[in-house]
Amino acid sequence: MRIDLDVIQDWIAPNSRVLDLGCGDGALLEQLGKNKNVIGYGLEIDPEQIELCVERGVNVVEQNLDTGLGNFADGSFDAVVMTQALQTLRHPHEVVREMLRVGRDCIITFPNFGQWRARWHLAFSGRMPVSDLLPFEWYDTPNIHFCTFRDFEVLCKQNDWTILHRQVVSESKIGVTFKDFLPNLFGETAIYHLTR
Amino acid sequence: MSTENPTASRECQNTADADSVGLVTPKKQEFTEPLQLACGRVLQGYTLVYETYGTLNTDRSNAILICHALSGHHHAAGRHSPDDKRAGWWDHYIGPGKPIDTSKFFVVSLNNLGGCHGSTGPVSINPTTGKPWGPDFPPMRVRDWVHSQARLADLLGIEQWAAVIGGSLGGMQAMRWALEYPERLRHCVVIASAMKLSAQNIAFNETARQAITSDPDFCGGRYLEREKLPRRGLAVARMIGHITYLSDDGLANKFGRELRTGSFQPGSDEEVEFQIQSYLRYQGDSFSSSFDPNTYILMTRALDYFDLAREYKDDPVAAFANASCRFLLVAFTSDWRFAPDRSREIVNALMHANVSVSYAEIESAMGHDAFLLPNERYEGIFRAYMQRVAAEIIEEGRYAY
Repeated sequence: MRIDLDVIQDWIAPNSRVLDLGCGDGALLEQLGKNKNVIGYGLEIDPEQIELCVERGVNVVEQNLDTGLGNFADGSFDAVVMTQALQTLRHPHEVVREMLRVGRDCIITFPNFGQWRARWHLAFSGRMPVSDLLPFEWYDTPNIHFCTFRDFEVLCKQNDWTILHRQVVSESKIGVTFKDFLPNLFGETAIYHLTR
Repeated sequence: MSTENPTASRECQNTADADSVGLVTPKKQEFTEPLQLACGRVLQGYTLVYETYGTLNTDRSNAILICHALSGHHHAAGRHSPDDKRAGWWDHYIGPGKPIDTSKFFVVSLNNLGGCHGSTGPVSINPTTGKPWGPDFPPMRVRDWVHSQARLADLLGIEQWAAVIGGSLGGMQAMRWALEYPERLRHCVVIASAMKLSAQNIAFNETARQAITSDPDFCGGRYLEREKLPRRGLAVARMIGHITYLSDDGLANKFGRELRTGSFQPGSDEEVEFQIQSYLRYQGDSFSSSFDPNTYILMTRALDYFDLAREYKDDPVAAFANASCRFLLVAFTSDWRFAPDRSREIVNALMHANVSVSYAEIESAMGHDAFLLPNERYEGIFRAYMQRVAAEIIEEGRYAY
């Protein structure tokens, strides 16, 4: 089980209505359904992932996040979740705004582009970072809007979004040791819990 | 029907026996209890023709109802005789190992009331006059079909369907089931359908009806009594319908501007005929020799009249709040008669009504007809969903003992 999914589960109240943007294979919604009795819907555009969700019995709706969430009424969900998809969006800030319109809370995870490996890679090789976590070349990557933890927090401040919780996740030894001390340098993934 | 995809048709030939329901024989059921219709009239007695595939389990929990579309009927899968040229209309999706897996499910497929394939309809004899019903047959609404289907379920000992499934007009029946008999189905599969027709859709249907009624042989609908048949009108109606069930790209891929006869050579004054012309005429002619014009009028009207949320103050969320089953919705990108946006409206209403739903938008150039044709992704999603339905039946069976 992925660490970030466990953290998200802790922040979701039992029996909530949850919308998961870019739900992938539906693992999070399946877990939330079993452990928290959540009624959830996932939005996804990848046909293979959609079929995996259907196999799991997870509600999945084919919808492109770049076309917005205009089909959802204000406050129609308790929580809107988006894991590892922020950096793939055409207009990330508008999607976050929409998430906070549709849901009371929103939970967002994304990879930290300010993590020391990325900084090291760019500083010394002079090329865009390619790693296990982000295995794409700059020209074919679906990740078009990278940010660091600090960038994201500036965005939240500018928009008066309240950060309820932040959890930094790291799987490398050095990251686990230092992530609480210098999160923007050592954290690999951040999980933010926002509200209006 | 499956000639579009050479790989799929080859597979069909190779495994013709293994994945077909084989030979099937339609059954007839008489109903003597009067049926109150939505139009206010009462049908005193009636017959429903149906087919079944697969075996009903001891819990009677594995039954699937197939609801047919405008020109459909009870013969959805298998063949009526070994030399039957065509299999049932949904043979690609019903059979052992197919998405609607007859080794797991007991499938019921009927001809709706007002149809012309054996169930009581305009071609049947009206017992009060001794003549064919013709235009006097009561107009049908989708809910009338649903109520008659529920009576068939009672007779077959099916308290609750594992799923009610339909495409197009059949999807409307499946949705109506979910609202009228919420406890009697666990899943509702709605393919290439809509909560109500658009003005453009009604316009096409009206043009088709006008083609039929303006044929001099229509005789006000009493053509059977006068031993006539408005074939030309029905053929034109079908041609109009057929164009709208295909897509611009689909027609371009299949026919383009290819000529069947004639040429544009300078000096040639032979009449030019495009391939699409002869194809359409063939479709119209073969349809008009196997379908009843009054039934066509009745079915298109039922389509026009359907409005899922009319009695719920036009609020589809309020309507679907009555549903307690889970839904699968499927639409096809090039379907402009029942466009993906119509399915999205259903999905949005279901999500706001807190009802479980999944939705897939299948890439296809085959237009509305795509719901009948082979398509790898469509099959994959449909199969994955139905396997969940089958798995639930086994799980629930375990709890029961």
